[in-house]
Amino acid sequence: MTIQKRLRLAGVASIGTCAALAISACGAPTEDNALSEEETDCATYEEFGDFTEERPSVSIYTPITDAEADSYEAAWAPFVECTGIQVLYEGSNEFEAQIEVRVSGGDAPDIAAFPQPGLMARYQDQMVPASPELEARATEGWSEDWLQYGSFDGELYAQPLSANLKSLVWYSPSYFAENGYEVPATWDDLIALSDTIAGGDMKPWCAGIDSGDATGWPVTDWVEDMLLRESGGDVYDQWVNHEIPFNDPQIVAAVDKAGSILKNEDYMNGGYGDVSSMTGVSFEEGGLPIASGDCAMHRQASFYSAQWPDTVTVGPDADVFAFHLPGNSADETPLLGGGEYVAAFRDAPEVDAFRQYLASPLFANARMKTGPWASAHSGADPANAVDPLMQMTVELFQDPEAEFRFDGSDLMPGDIGSKAFFEQMTDWIKGKSTKDALDAIENAWED
Amino acid sequence: MNLTDQLSKFGVLGIGLAAFVLVVLAVLYVGNIVPHRPKSLTAGMVFLIPTLILVGIGLVVPAIRTTILSFGDRKGEGNVGFANYEWVFTDPEILSVVRNSAIWVILTPLLATAVGLVYATIIDRSPFEKLAKTLVFLPMAISFVGAAIIWKFVYDYKQIGNQIGLLNQIVVWIFGEGSAQHWLAVPFWNNLFLIVVMVWIQAGFATVVLSAAIKGVPSEITEAARLDGVNAWQMFWKVTIPSIRPAIVVVMVTMSIAALKLFDIVRTMTGGGDGTSVLAYEMYSQSFPGQQTGRGAALAVVLFILVIPIIIYQVRNLRQRKEVR
Repeated sequence: MTIQKRLRLAGVASIGTCAALAISACGAPTEDNALSEEETDCATYEEFGDFTEERPSVSIYTPITDAEADSYEAAWAPFVECTGIQVLYEGSNEFEAQIEVRVSGGDAPDIAAFPQPGLMARYQDQMVPASPELEARATEGWSEDWLQYGSFDGELYAQPLSANLKSLVWYSPSYFAENGYEVPATWDDLIALSDTIAGGDMKPWCAGIDSGDATGWPVTDWVEDMLLRESGGDVYDQWVNHEIPFNDPQIVAAVDKAGSILKNEDYMNGGYGDVSSMTGVSFEEGGLPIASGDCAMHRQASFYSAQWPDTVTVGPDADVFAFHLPGNSADETPLLGGGEYVAAFRDAPEVDAFRQYLASPLFANARMKTGPWASAHSGADPANAVDPLMQMTVELFQDPEAEFRFDGSDLMPGDIGSKAFFEQMTDWIKGKSTKDALDAIENAWED
Repeated sequence: MNLTDQLSKFGVLGIGLAAFVLVVLAVLYVGNIVPHRPKSLTAGMVFLIPTLILVGIGLVVPAIRTTILSFGDRKGEGNVGFANYEWVFTDPEILSVVRNSAIWVILTPLLATAVGLVYATIIDRSPFEKLAKTLVFLPMAISFVGAAIIWKFVYDYKQIGNQIGLLNQIVVWIFGEGSAQHWLAVPFWNNLFLIVVMVWIQAGFATVVLSAAIKGVPSEITEAARLDGVNAWQMFWKVTIPSIRPAIVVVMVTMSIAALKLFDIVRTMTGGGDGTSVLAYEMYSQSFPGQQTGRGAALAVVLFILVIPIIIYQVRNLRQRKEVR
């Protein structure tokens, strides 16, 4: 909050100076916000237009709150100052439920950042399609893999805002070094390593799947990662779009592959008990035994770096770090990820200007400097990331060989992706058979 | 967003408040100038119409809209006939939700009233009455969400290692390591663990109301009963209970309605998982996270219909008491 307030005051002050000094050197904030000189120079922002006369405002509604929200505001502060477009930021932890209230209640924000493209599709009729300029910027910045989730009927509506990587395995580099273990490059290496650790006095894996009314989602991420490895992106797309049934043999195989680790009593659940203990452990606590030496590996997204206590350092040679969950062979890089998509509900030049800015490498690089954040934008320079994990994430996303797919449960209709899938996978951990669980989801998915 | 923007927000708020005051003053003024005959229709209408308009906008219109939505599809559009209602009464999962709501409606008023009644009788005229009443009433001051969080800690479960949950720590002390239970994930029984939270919150309300009623029992009756030689047990069942029956009915009805629309405890403690969902929670869960507007609306209508008999009973009960007087 303090950063936000400071910038606001700086904004007010510089507007005054602006008027006094006419145009010359106004706008450049003197704050130390890690942005480069070019990023704070108003000349850089001329391409987005000049709105300093009328100073219109654009409201943005997102699921991002607290410190992360401050980092966003710090990143676009020069844009606000130089173009004159006021950005009214509103973050909510209840985004998914409240956006329905806002849009159907006639109070839609100008811009909404949807973490679930499946939910966004519901509002296609109310959304403003991307302008040709925005579309040009977006196609330049992101791969087809990413843009497909913001497009409906072949037309681009929304571009990605941020990207988080789910195909990661957290581990302890110091523990690995002590025991001479190496980061596995293939799935078989990973299983061999798990067996080696299980042969000792430690359970190799740990996990927690309790997450309130979203209990079970960490299991769905496992399944999605496995499907991407076993059957590839095309089958994955068919599954997400329900072109193949949810209980298709290929999905069964993916769930069973996840089960070879998750439901393996020899592997699970380091520091917490047996397989069934997963349902009593929150996803936030799931990987913490790595830091206390009770568990070796934990599959969780890049955002898990926020969960480590202050006493634990994150880094390639430190207490904890992450490696890419390997594919079946060393030259495959299947990536499962998530992120927000920027949708607009008001057709106005200032809204379009702000969306264009958010689609630019200028924003991506500025945002990487103001806090832990990653982007799959081709213009994002990994060197700008604030920590090695974010740097690795950006590099993996930019790998041209990588096959990216968006979190499947976020793409499916809400009653399947955020309800039946979660519930059945929770039951599956408790002992329900793969077939019974998948049959139940298939039955819930009516067309 | 700068200072002027902030000021303009307060400006809007100020205009709103001023408008509210003006409307109230106007209503009072008009009410004052119309003829002052008692029970005059005009005077009644002046005060009634604004209320009717507000109730219409705030209650009737949404109720009609919800009813229409309940015949629509997942986006709340079109007409799917009774498909959503058919789903409510045939889907095994939703039937278990209906069953859970029934358990809540039956058990919560019974348990809370019983606890409140016993407690009120025991503390009646004891030297610690005020303190005892304050203590049992305290949970009422906590929000449902706050109470749910407190109890979530009580029920917390760790398979191995240190227990944070009070209940499991006690169990471990008595039965030893490894006997801890994941209370909120034990099918069916977890419903009862949630109901305990509601009873904990509501028992104070029951105690206070029933205690006041017990004090209102005419001393002639109790003295007459004593002269007839009743013991404490007979006094309680044959004298106290019949005398305070109206108060018990009020408490039970209030709690039935509260139990029927219960949402917070389930949302906070289990999120409807492991078969603990209730109607009001499922209505939200289907409408918003599940994006099934039609089904959510159908559940709302069912909930509305279920409340009606309780309200009718309450109104009749009040009328009868008036007639007795």
